[in-house]
Amino acid sequence: MDDVLSFVFLMFAATLRVATPLVLCAMGGLFSEKSGIVDVGLEGKMLMAAFFAAATAAVTGSAWLGVAAAIVAAEAMALLHGFACITWRGNQVVSGVAINILAAGLTVVLGAAWFARGGQTPALESEQRLMPLFFPRAGDSIPVYVALASVPLTWWIIERTRFGLRLRAVGEMPLAVDAAGISVAWLRYRAVLLCGLFAGLAGAYLSIAQNAGFSRDMTAGQGFIALAAIIFGKWRPFPAFGACLIFGLLDAVAIRLQGVEMPGMGEVPVQLIQALPYLLTMFLLAGFIGRAVAPKAAGVPYEKEH
Amino acid sequence: MTAIPAIELQGIQKSFGNVHAVRGVSLRIEKGAITGIVGENGAGKSTLMSILYGLYHADAGEIRVEGRAVRMENPRDAIAQGIGMVHQHFMLVGTFTVLENLVLGAEGGALLAGGLAAARAELARLAREYGLAVDPDALVADLSVGEQQRVEILKVLFRGARILILDEPSAVLTPQETDQLFRILATLRERGVTVVLITHKLREIMAATDHVYVMRQGQIVADRRTADTSPEELAELMVGRKVLMQLDKAPKRPGDVLLQADHLTLVDERGVRLLDDVGLELRAGEIVGIAGVSGNGQTELLQVLSGIRAPTGGRLVVRGRTIDPHHPTDPAEMRDLGVAHVPEDRLRQGMVAAFQAAETSILGYQEEPPFCRHYLMDGPAVGAHCAVLMERFDVRPRAPGLRSSSFSGGNQQKLVLAREMAREPKVLLVGQPTRGVDIGAIEFIHRELLKSRDQGCAVLVISVELDEILALADRILVMFAGRIVGEVPAGRADERTLGLMMAGAAPALSEVEGP
Repeated sequence: MDDVLSFVFLMFAATLRVATPLVLCAMGGLFSEKSGIVDVGLEGKMLMAAFFAAATAAVTGSAWLGVAAAIVAAEAMALLHGFACITWRGNQVVSGVAINILAAGLTVVLGAAWFARGGQTPALESEQRLMPLFFPRAGDSIPVYVALASVPLTWWIIERTRFGLRLRAVGEMPLAVDAAGISVAWLRYRAVLLCGLFAGLAGAYLSIAQNAGFSRDMTAGQGFIALAAIIFGKWRPFPAFGACLIFGLLDAVAIRLQGVEMPGMGEVPVQLIQALPYLLTMFLLAGFIGRAVAPKAAGVPYEKEH
Repeated sequence: MTAIPAIELQGIQKSFGNVHAVRGVSLRIEKGAITGIVGENGAGKSTLMSILYGLYHADAGEIRVEGRAVRMENPRDAIAQGIGMVHQHFMLVGTFTVLENLVLGAEGGALLAGGLAAARAELARLAREYGLAVDPDALVADLSVGEQQRVEILKVLFRGARILILDEPSAVLTPQETDQLFRILATLRERGVTVVLITHKLREIMAATDHVYVMRQGQIVADRRTADTSPEELAELMVGRKVLMQLDKAPKRPGDVLLQADHLTLVDERGVRLLDDVGLELRAGEIVGIAGVSGNGQTELLQVLSGIRAPTGGRLVVRGRTIDPHHPTDPAEMRDLGVAHVPEDRLRQGMVAAFQAAETSILGYQEEPPFCRHYLMDGPAVGAHCAVLMERFDVRPRAPGLRSSSFSGGNQQKLVLAREMAREPKVLLVGQPTRGVDIGAIEFIHRELLKSRDQGCAVLVISVELDEILALADRILVMFAGRIVGEVPAGRADERTLGLMMAGAAPALSEVEGP
């Protein structure tokens, strides 16, 4: 009996642990997308943040300075995206892809130059990391709780505050916002910066809480999975959170099943199991979720006539 | 009058690049009255009002509100001065409720709850005072266009505006909704609100305003009390020459049936019935008009008749060829059958805006001689063809090499019409022939359509402008919710009955065919 309980608890903890960066990214992405700025660059922001978190923690010895550096790095990427998409009305997907490529390259180059370990950062000691608070085996570091709290908070901001109302309006009908005398650009910049904040925290979690250092491409597409979760959740915080948990559970199961003998088929191939979350993403996005209604102005730069 | 006017403009100038849109306009808007500003498209009316609302900055000139000189940097300044604007295209968020739309930009605090409650009370008060009832919790996307406009007006009043500018407010309304709007405006006037009505429809100026300014080419060319003028005089002032308000139309001599639709049905992938059991006949030498509020299936009907979309039920017979769900067609085949199509949306379907006028003038016929030989375009032949069309249809400027998007709406439309009519089609399908076209060009286009009718062409005109249908059509069909709800011979049609049918309110008339 105890075994079963402890198994359920550990699976649950593992799910949350794996889902944390997804949830943080999804909530950040929600703010951006709700304002009409498509953010394909979540992945790159998170990767950049992960690198700077680990690098700063390794050099200064402080996990919290690492978190701060991660947020600064992600915000810099967010501002770049904002500058390209809002100020210069560029193509949002192109800008997002550029950020991903930039992050993938820059982290490895800087890592190699500073630490000479093939793009990795030095392994972090436990006092340089964010450690579990209450349950050492569950990995319940602070970002896990922040991710859990961010869901109702995001919902509340979007649904119950003036900022949220304007954010929803600017993603649907920026003209109406402009005609009401509110700055479309400033609203969107704030949304993009919020997104950077969340992506920064997600990146820091990856490299200094879940893992003990940065390794190249360690985000492994999780930014894209978060993006899929937003769509799967139809741009609503709680359903998006649910989608992140499903992806998290699949990942946790995948880790658990590695090396396990299944009756009748022998050992399950690791590659197949690791591919599960990605397969699910493709499956869901290929129209299994019904009609997802994106914010109407998402991806469309705002231009006044004349 | 010696009273201080609500608004006084003096010497307002505005240029966009080389275009001098507003040239030294001075006018006075009296308090508590309805003032009309009338002019053709491109006369500068909307630009002038956008300057007053702070959307554009004037290059020179002075704006006085209630006697005080003010600077309008942005809409916020205008709102602070008590000026509100109802735009031609509604500035509403479809996924928001009426209440949420109302408070956007005037939420009254960082948290919504308090502001929404206060707005709900204020909305109830405005509804009582001005007779503008709307359900505060309805989603705006679910409201009719007339109701959405009411929300726009409420939004403006909610912000405490005492001066209301309406930009072409009737463009999207049925005649009944327009009448209702004018009653609302009269109530507002009684309560001391100043109203400015911008329109190009003379009938509305005559029906609703106390005073009217006429604009032409960026200038005020006349200033009349509405009671002292007439539609004929205003039209002449707008265009700068005499305009025939009535078309001379010879009686029709209909011939053979060239296009026949039976029980045409179109259901989209979501199961929505866009066309529902539509039956109609087009005979040689007649113009059939299809009236209706936009969005009631006219667009889809035109798509099916022109071969762009296949019907999901029923059949269409065009000069002996039968088209049904199992035997679909395409626009090229329809063209070969002698069906020409002037689409509703000329910028998106009628032309490629970035192409030269010469290229636009052969779009769809580009593979035919003499334009194309051995897979190569013959530029000089295309240019010469375009020059001929431009001459015949009075397209200005006569520049085949100019980008299509550089022409005015009227000239673009004339070019598309010229292209389609050049082949002397047997059947001519025309969607919104004069949308965004100025009065002079409207007159020309109408005469060309009549000319092709008289030469034995079967013409179908779909238009949301009832005046246009009444002026052109020999028979009028009314569409509502994807169905043809009635047929009226032109001689017996009047605006009231048609309006009721367009709103789905009138019982189908006896002339309706089919069950």
